[in-house]
Formats: sequence, C-alpha cells, structure tokens
Amino acid sequence: MTDSLLIPIIMTIVGAATPILLAALGELVVEKSGVLNLGLEGMMLIGAVTGFAVTATTGYAPLGVIAAMIAAAASAGLFGFLTLTLTANQVATGLALTIFGIGLSALAGENYVGQTVDVFGSVFPAALSEHPVLRVIFGYSPLVYVSLLLVAAVSWFLRKTRGGLILRAVGESDLSAHSIGYSVIGVRYMAVLFGGAMAGIAGCFYSLVLTPMWAEQLTAGRGWIALALVVFAGWRPMRLLLGAYLFGAVMTLELHAKAAGFSLVAPEFLAAMPYLATIAVLAIISARKAGKSLAPACLGKPFKPSS
Amino acid sequence: MLIELEKRKEPSKAMLYLTPIIAVVATMLAGAIIFSLIGHDGIGAVRKIFLAPLLDTYKWQDLGVKAAPLILIGVGLAIGFRANVWNIGAEGQYIMGGLAGTGVALATWGMTGWWILPLMCIAGIAGGAAYAGIPAFLKTRLNVNEILSSLMLTYVAIQVLYYLMRGPWKDPDGFNFPQTRLFTDDQILPTVIPGTVVHLGVPLAFVVAVAAWFVLSRSVFGFQIRVVGAAPAAARYGGFNTNRTIWAALLAGGGLAGFAGILEAAGPFGQMVPQFPTGYGFTAIIVAFLGRLHPIGIVLAGIILAVTYVGGELAQSSIGLPAAATGVFQAMMLFFLLATDVLVKYRIKFASPAKAGDAA
Repeated sequence: MTDSLLIPIIMTIVGAATPILLAALGELVVEKSGVLNLGLEGMMLIGAVTGFAVTATTGYAPLGVIAAMIAAAASAGLFGFLTLTLTANQVATGLALTIFGIGLSALAGENYVGQTVDVFGSVFPAALSEHPVLRVIFGYSPLVYVSLLLVAAVSWFLRKTRGGLILRAVGESDLSAHSIGYSVIGVRYMAVLFGGAMAGIAGCFYSLVLTPMWAEQLTAGRGWIALALVVFAGWRPMRLLLGAYLFGAVMTLELHAKAAGFSLVAPEFLAAMPYLATIAVLAIISARKAGKSLAPACLGKPFKPSS
Repeated sequence: MLIELEKRKEPSKAMLYLTPIIAVVATMLAGAIIFSLIGHDGIGAVRKIFLAPLLDTYKWQDLGVKAAPLILIGVGLAIGFRANVWNIGAEGQYIMGGLAGTGVALATWGMTGWWILPLMCIAGIAGGAAYAGIPAFLKTRLNVNEILSSLMLTYVAIQVLYYLMRGPWKDPDGFNFPQTRLFTDDQILPTVIPGTVVHLGVPLAFVVAVAAWFVLSRSVFGFQIRVVGAAPAAARYGGFNTNRTIWAALLAGGGLAGFAGILEAAGPFGQMVPQFPTGYGFTAIIVAFLGRLHPIGIVLAGIILAVTYVGGELAQSSIGLPAAATGVFQAMMLFFLLATDVLVKYRIKFASPAKAGDAA
C-alpha cells in the first residue's frame, strides 16, 4: 500500500531533480574556471526547443539530445566570445543570453506547439522498467542514469586529473595560471562550452522526457534554481547531487499535495515554494562565513593579460 | 592580419555615446539577414519594427505609453547597476507595486476625492520598494547574492498576483473571471492630451528621469553611488557606508518599478488582471544598458525599446511576424551593445606583418 504511493513520489522527485542537476553540474564547471554564466535559463530553452524539433522531425530522440547539446553550446560560445574575447561584463551578458534564449526558443518553437513526440524508451527490459517496485530503480529515462554518471565523472575530473587541476587553478588565480603558461581564455572557453552542452541536455529533459512537448518558457525559471544550487553545493559535485534531489522534492510538493487532496494552503503558495525555499537555503548557506570562501576566487572577473 | 586589443588610457567618451547607435544599427542589419534566412521578409520586418512606428504620427501616443514604464524602471535599475547592485527582479517589484496600489483602489472603491489617486501611487511606490527591501536585507545582513534573491522573488510575486486574482480580490460581479473590479473615475489616471491614450504617467516618467539626472550628477548620494560601484575599497576608505548604498540602490529601484506598476494598473489596464506582468521589468534591463546607465540616455533608450514593442505588434498584424521576434530583436540589441563596449575600453589594432598601423 505504501509502496504504491511512495514509488510514484520518488519517481517524480527524480524527474524534477535531474534537469536542474544536469544544468547545475555544467554551471559548476563553468564557475570553477572563474566564469559566471547567468544565461543558464536561456541556454536550457534553446536546448529544449532544439531537442524537441529534431526529435519531432527525425523521430529519433538521441539525435535530438545531441542537437540540443550542440545548439546550447553554440549559444554558450556566443557568451564566451563576448565575455572572454571582448571582456564584456559577465552579469549583463548572461542576462542578455537569457532574454535572447527566451525569444529565440519561442520563435523557433512556434510550429511545434501542441505536437507530441515518442517518449524516450527505457534501456532496461520491460520486466524491470515496468515492474511495480523495481521501476523505482530501473524505470527512468536513460538521461537520468547519464546525469548520475556525469556527476561522478565531473567529480573525478575536478579532483583527480591534471585537466581538473588546471581548470581549478584558472578559476582560483588566473594570473598565476597564465604566468606558468596555461591559456586562461582557452580553458574558460572549454568550460563555458561544456556548461552550454549540459544546459542543452537539461533543457531537452523537459521537452523530451518530463512533459514531453514544447511550450514557450517551458523551463519556468528552473535555470535560476540550478544557479542557486551551485551555491548551495559549495561548488562540490557530490553535494550538488544531494541538493538537486532536495530541491526536486520541494518542486514536486504542489503536485503531491494536489494528488493527495491536500487543500489547507492555497495552491499558489505551494507553487511559490521552490523559489521561497531557494531564498531560504541561500540565506542559510551565505550567512555562514565558510560559504564565502568556497567560491572560486576569480568568479565573474574578466581576464585580460597585459601584453 | 591579426586583430589586437590595446587598452586605452581613459575610456573613450566618443565611443561611449556612439556604441549604442552602432548597436541599434547592427541589430537592424543582422535582424534583416537572420529573419530572411529563416524564411521571413527580413527587410520588411526591420522596416515595420524600427521605422513604421516613427513614421506614423498616430503611433506616437503608443510610443509614449510604452516608453513610460520602461524609463521609470530603467532609471531605477541604473542607480543600482552604477553601484554594482544587480537587482534583476524589477518585474516582481513592478507587480507588487501594482498590487499595493490596487489594494488602495479596492479599499476606496465607491469613494470619491482627488486624494485617492495620489494615495494609490504612494502605495505603489512603497509596495515596490518594500519588495526590493527583501533582497537588500538578505544582501546586507546575510550576504545573499541579490541577483538570485530578487529574481526568485519575481516568481513569488507572480503567484501572489494569481492568488489575489483567483481569490480575495476577484470582482464579485465579474462572472467568476479572475480579475478585480474596474477602477472608478477617481482611480484612473487622467489623459493629458485629449483624444489620445497619453495618460499622466507619461509626462511623470520624463520628470522622474530629469530629477534622477540631477540627483545622480549633483548630489552626494549620486557621487556615493558612483564611487561604491567604481571603487568599493576607495568608498570604504572615504567613509561611505556600502550597506547603506545597497539599501538605497534597491529601494530606489524597487520604488520606481512599483511606481511604474501602479501607473500601468491605473493607466492602460484600469484594473488588475493576471496578465499584468508583461516583461517590462526585464526589458528595462536592456533599456538601462542601452541608455548607458544615464537617465537622459535611458529616456532615449526607453523610446527605442518602445518603438520595437509597437513595431513588433505592427509586424505581427501586417506581415505575420511572430510575437517572439520582438524579444529576439531586443536581446540582439543588448548583445551588440555589450560587444561594441570593447571599443570604449580598448583600441583595436590591426597588426599586419608589413605595417603595424593603428586603425582605431
């Protein structure tokens, strides 16, 4: 009895958590390199509409995901060109990217509103993925397992590899990294492109897995929650995983309350909960002095070596 | 041939004023090309969006009405941006200002008197300022990033609006539509030019911009804002209180956004509806930057963005350009402005093997 209630709840939480986990993981790498890209929401929307359009046209979802990664990474490349090559203000450029993404995705997706696509198939046999209890482990979209692998991979990359060390060095002390011969701008470009590709997967998780359809502003501000999640996690991938599932639980409160016939508080209050919870969490994290020193030292500062 | 950036000793004044114009022209050119490539009438679209509203004198009144909220919010945001306070939740403060003023309108419903409208405006300003006070408190006391907190509060404000429209503030005689009563004559902004839609809020927006110009350029407060933004360490050394500046910047931004909110509610809307948030709070970010964070520049930028709104509607009805195209044009303008910003700080050098000439 409790199983039949608990399992769908766990599954919706995982569903809500996965896209913000993917987007935040990309942003974490970007911020570790010392760049603040506030365009997450815009890149996610570009990914969402591209993934949907390509899947609807070709009928093949993996192709849609790859196209979404390329499109979102391209928009991240635009951000990189402005902020890294032309040293434009990162905050303003990120905001511009979000406004651009909202407009461009609405424009591109106009003909796809109301269409549906085939839901992503499972990688596991139906005996497992549709089993009443075991589906809590095997019943997700392949992208959910991909997101978990990526968390482990990014964590390993940042801590154990030479590339990760260089990335962190660039984010903590760009001048020293430059003076010992590393290309600060080059490393940051790679990080920004990676962040874009991740936002692309996150975006098409909405249009191909969760809904699955396209509507204007489909991501509804989740990109901003992903940004907050990076702060919450203190720039550590494993804590990001925990945070994402916690946020996923809060984000699905409205859904579960409705299903359970809970009507003590207004549905609007529950809909506002993820945003209120984000503010509360930020307040708790930021108030601690430790939270401050966790941020990469060069975060948001443009780099221009004097030549 | 290599292109190199060479830092100027001082930011170029000429480029500072020239780059917004370059950005607008570049947007028109790029827009024409891009929209042609995706199968629309690109040149027609640019002509409709950027020129038609200016050539048709009948559309000028719409330009004023659209520009007013953009100018008010843009001026408020510019005060913050100058001080490096990144309030991007103006949309939420605009909603809360509109709601606070609407609260007064509903409380005074059926009453008459000249005092009602000013009271609504004061409530609107106070509502917007109070809502911006939340990120100010969080920033100064708990060190919470104001970008994220002010934006999160925008989504909360939208839910507050929906709640009030579906519940407590619903018009009792409104056939269950989620909207308030229509405001009465004493609660509606009078039109200043008979026979047009130009309401009192339009001249007020221009007055506020001029007043802000004086405050920012002539007062100690304006100086403090600039110093805290440009050199926080120097500001601390000079005895300026950073926290007080953060408070002032957010309250000013929120107050002006709230003012814009109640002027919209008591002007073009004439009641409060769920469709009240129209994105002015976000577009005003573009206005503030395009206007170079200067109140007079913001007036001009507000008019330019108003042109794209009115022109976007024209292009929609005449050549079937999608509504979302307007947002793409507006964002492109900001991209081009940020890209050309490099010309203000740097000189572009074209270094060729034969002759290392200075082309800038």
